[in-house]
Order: sequence, then C-alpha cells, then structure tokens
Amino acid sequence: MSSLRLTALDALHRALGATMTDFAGWDMPLRYGSEREEHLAVRTKAGLFDLSHMGEITVTGPQAGEMLDHALVGFVSALGELRARYTMICAEDGGILDDLIVYRLREDAFLVVANASNAQLVLDELIARAKGYNAVVTDDRDTYSLIAVQGPESTAILADTTEADLPGLKYYAILPAQVAGRDVLLARTGYTGEDGFEIFCNPGDAAHVWTALTEAGTGRGLVPCGLSCRDTLRLEAGMPLYGHELSTELTPFDAGLGRVVRFDKTTNEGAFIGRRALEQAAAAAEANPPRVLVGLVSEGKRVPRAEYTVVTTDGEPIGRITSGAPSPTLGKPIAIAYVDAAHAAPGTTVAVDVRGKHEPVQVVALPFYKRAR
Amino acid sequence: MSNPQHLQYTKEHEWLTAAEDGVSTIGITAHAADALGDIVYVQLPAVGDTVTAGETCGELESTKSVSDLYSPVTGEVTEVNQDVLDDNSLVNSAPFEGGWLFKVRVEATDELLSAADYDALTNPA
Repeated sequence: MSSLRLTALDALHRALGATMTDFAGWDMPLRYGSEREEHLAVRTKAGLFDLSHMGEITVTGPQAGEMLDHALVGFVSALGELRARYTMICAEDGGILDDLIVYRLREDAFLVVANASNAQLVLDELIARAKGYNAVVTDDRDTYSLIAVQGPESTAILADTTEADLPGLKYYAILPAQVAGRDVLLARTGYTGEDGFEIFCNPGDAAHVWTALTEAGTGRGLVPCGLSCRDTLRLEAGMPLYGHELSTELTPFDAGLGRVVRFDKTTNEGAFIGRRALEQAAAAAEANPPRVLVGLVSEGKRVPRAEYTVVTTDGEPIGRITSGAPSPTLGKPIAIAYVDAAHAAPGTTVAVDVRGKHEPVQVVALPFYKRAR
Repeated sequence: MSNPQHLQYTKEHEWLTAAEDGVSTIGITAHAADALGDIVYVQLPAVGDTVTAGETCGELESTKSVSDLYSPVTGEVTEVNQDVLDDNSLVNSAPFEGGWLFKVRVEATDELLSAADYDALTNPA
C-alpha cells in the first residue's frame, strides 16, 4: 500500500524496532527508542544515522568547477581537492532553492549533496544550468547509501573499522577510503554540532558497514539514531533546515547567511545565476536590516513551534518561529525565529503565542550549543 | 504491545478503569504514548473541574508534536496525578500504571471500546 522509498538499511531498522516516518517520500527511522536518549548519546558518546535519503549528484568534466560557479552562489572552483563547502543554489530572483554541501573529489569531479525534499529540483536545475559547459551532471541518488557516525567517540569507533588517516582528515574534508573492507567516500562532515563522519558507500555494502560500526561502537556508547534527534541536534547547533529557516521566499542575506554568496568569484567573469538580485538583497540588508534570525529560550515547559507568532511583551507581533523543540542539552524549550531587527538583540525579553497564551522567551545568540574543542 | 483486558478504551487512545465508588481513573494508552514519543509537557484539568465526554480537557506535548487530551467521560475531576506533572516521562514508561493522568466521578461516558476492539483499531489485520 505504501509507495515510500526504502533505504538499503530498511530491514535493519525494522529489526531494531524503529518507529518509521515518511520523510520526503522516503520511509526513514524517526527514532529507535527515546529520541532524547539518542540526542544525548550523540552529545556525550556517539550515534549512528542512516541518511540515505540525501540526494547525491555528481558533476564531472573539464568545466565542472566553472559550471558550479555559474550554478551555485559559492566559489566552488576555488575549493581544494578533497575539501568540502557549505553553499546554496538560488533562483534568478535570489530565492534559496536549496542548501548544499559540495565536495571536490578530484580536479574535475564534484559531489553535490542536496536535501531529499529538493534533490529532484536541484538535479533538474543543475542539468539545465550545465548547458554550454563541458560538464556532465549525473544523478547518483541510487549510487550511494549514506551512513553517519556522530559524537565525541566517533573517531575511536571508526578507527576500529578503517586504516584511513582519521587525525589527518580535517573538518569539511573527504577521502576515498575503506571502511570494514568496503570502498567508501569518508567525509568529516555532519549536521549535529559534534565531531563526526559521513560515509558514502555502495548500497550493497551499507548493511555490512552499518553492522561493523555497530560492533565497533559496542562498549563505546554508540546507539542508532533517528531523524527526530537529528533535528534537535541541528537546532541546538543553530544550523538551518530547508523548509524551516530557508525557503524560496528568502535570499541568503535574509537568512543571515550572506557569507555563502561569493561576489568575488573570478570565473564566468563573475556572473552567476541570481547575482543581480542577490546584490540588491545584500544592499537592502545593509541599509535596512530585515527580520533577523535569532535564538529563543523559554523558562517554561511549553514548546514554541514552527509557525507560531513571536510578539512583544505587549502582544505586538514581531516575528515568527521557524523551528522549535525541547532542548535535551539545555533542558528547556528552544526555538529559532525571524524577529524584527529592533527586537533581535540578545537579552531582549519577548513572547511567543503558544496556542493563545503568551509565553515569555529570551532572545539569545545562535547557536544554543557549541561543543568544546 | 498488550492492552490490559480489564480496561476500557476510546478511539482517541485514552483508557479508563471501571468505576470504583463512582470514580474512574483515566490515562493514555501505550500505543498513544509510543506514537507521541518523549512527552515533555502535560497539562491536566484541575481537581473540581467538570470535564465533558469527547471534549478536550488538557494537552500532551512531545518533542515533535502537541496533542489534545480528550476526556472519555463526563463528571467532576477528583484527583490528578502529581507524579506525572512532576515527571512527564512516567506517561512513556508506565502508561497503564504510574503514568495515569486523572480521576473523574463519572456521570456519563462516551462510546467505549473493549480491549479486543481497541487492539483491532490499533493493529488492523
């Protein structure tokens, strides 16, 4: 009856008793037991995630870098080999179509990872935007499964399964390696605010790699983790989520992420899709700050949730919540919100309309949580 | 997941005990607690409030969602579970026991389900 897509690890999730959820057309683990316990395991020990819903797109060819400079807002061709960058793809009007991680695998090969919900759109856009360039865009969504190990114990766990130089693998770097005897792309990236790794592997090897990591994690506190704790982990780390903090209605400057837009690109004579609109957005943000993305912390127990209205203590609407959850680390409800610049200073007391009742909250700087290094 | 035979159930996933001296104990089922996930906020009616069968009388919040609590019966609230208000996780860990929510002096009930009917509702063949 279900037409949901299943990952290569589906049988393992079911054997582990996962509660599954429809996420962008994929049947994904929401949680295995308590999402709070999973969250705290990632903060203190380690967690194992199936992220195979993420959309991998490969761009190859002599002009792959220039093509991506034209298609995305980042300066992709300036990226060193085996390094990664957070970037975005925007429409001509500057609206954000998706946020992406781009890995440079070789001089002439890039791996673009899109959100599951936007993967088809990003693929279609990249194919269209590649016209006239000597570059080939390949849909590799079915080529890879993606497994993440995140948390302070992740290096020790992974070291049991690979000869790869883990201390030498820097944050936002990627390396072809073997994990549990299988060829993978091993990246030091994540979406949890912790140290950790993301492993792109052949779907046929995914169960083997997952099982090997599970065994290596025994005694080190590794637990399987679902998408529910992934969301609270990224929220505490102040990381945006497409569809919440980011949308086609907003430019990167509206989202406080103008730094990802590289007007200093030297390829394509500096031209890229969305440039004109983004220059205007940058100037407008400079002259008249729009709503500002801030953190909110509540001393109460009721949770400010996405789409709730932020008001002044007098009840005047001044913004809206984009994401909210009880924070397992802080033990308090937290939220990210777009708030009028006049009320966005950390320390300001505002309120959230929680189903008719105004709950006081305090504006704080993002992120809510930063790991000790 | 086994639903105790001696309880009655509602389609809104509440359970209640047979009235003892006219008073029934009410909670949510393990199925409901599991579907909600970790519960982080519980709002219950106050002792002395009159609740109405089929109407909302409180709120349960979990990490991911907010759910209304429906009363399966009409009557006056005689007791609320302070342990649950102090430690919301009791609803997850012992939904049919220590995680009970409130007690009502029953005047009327909504349409109730037997354990077998509720099993069939939550585990359709």
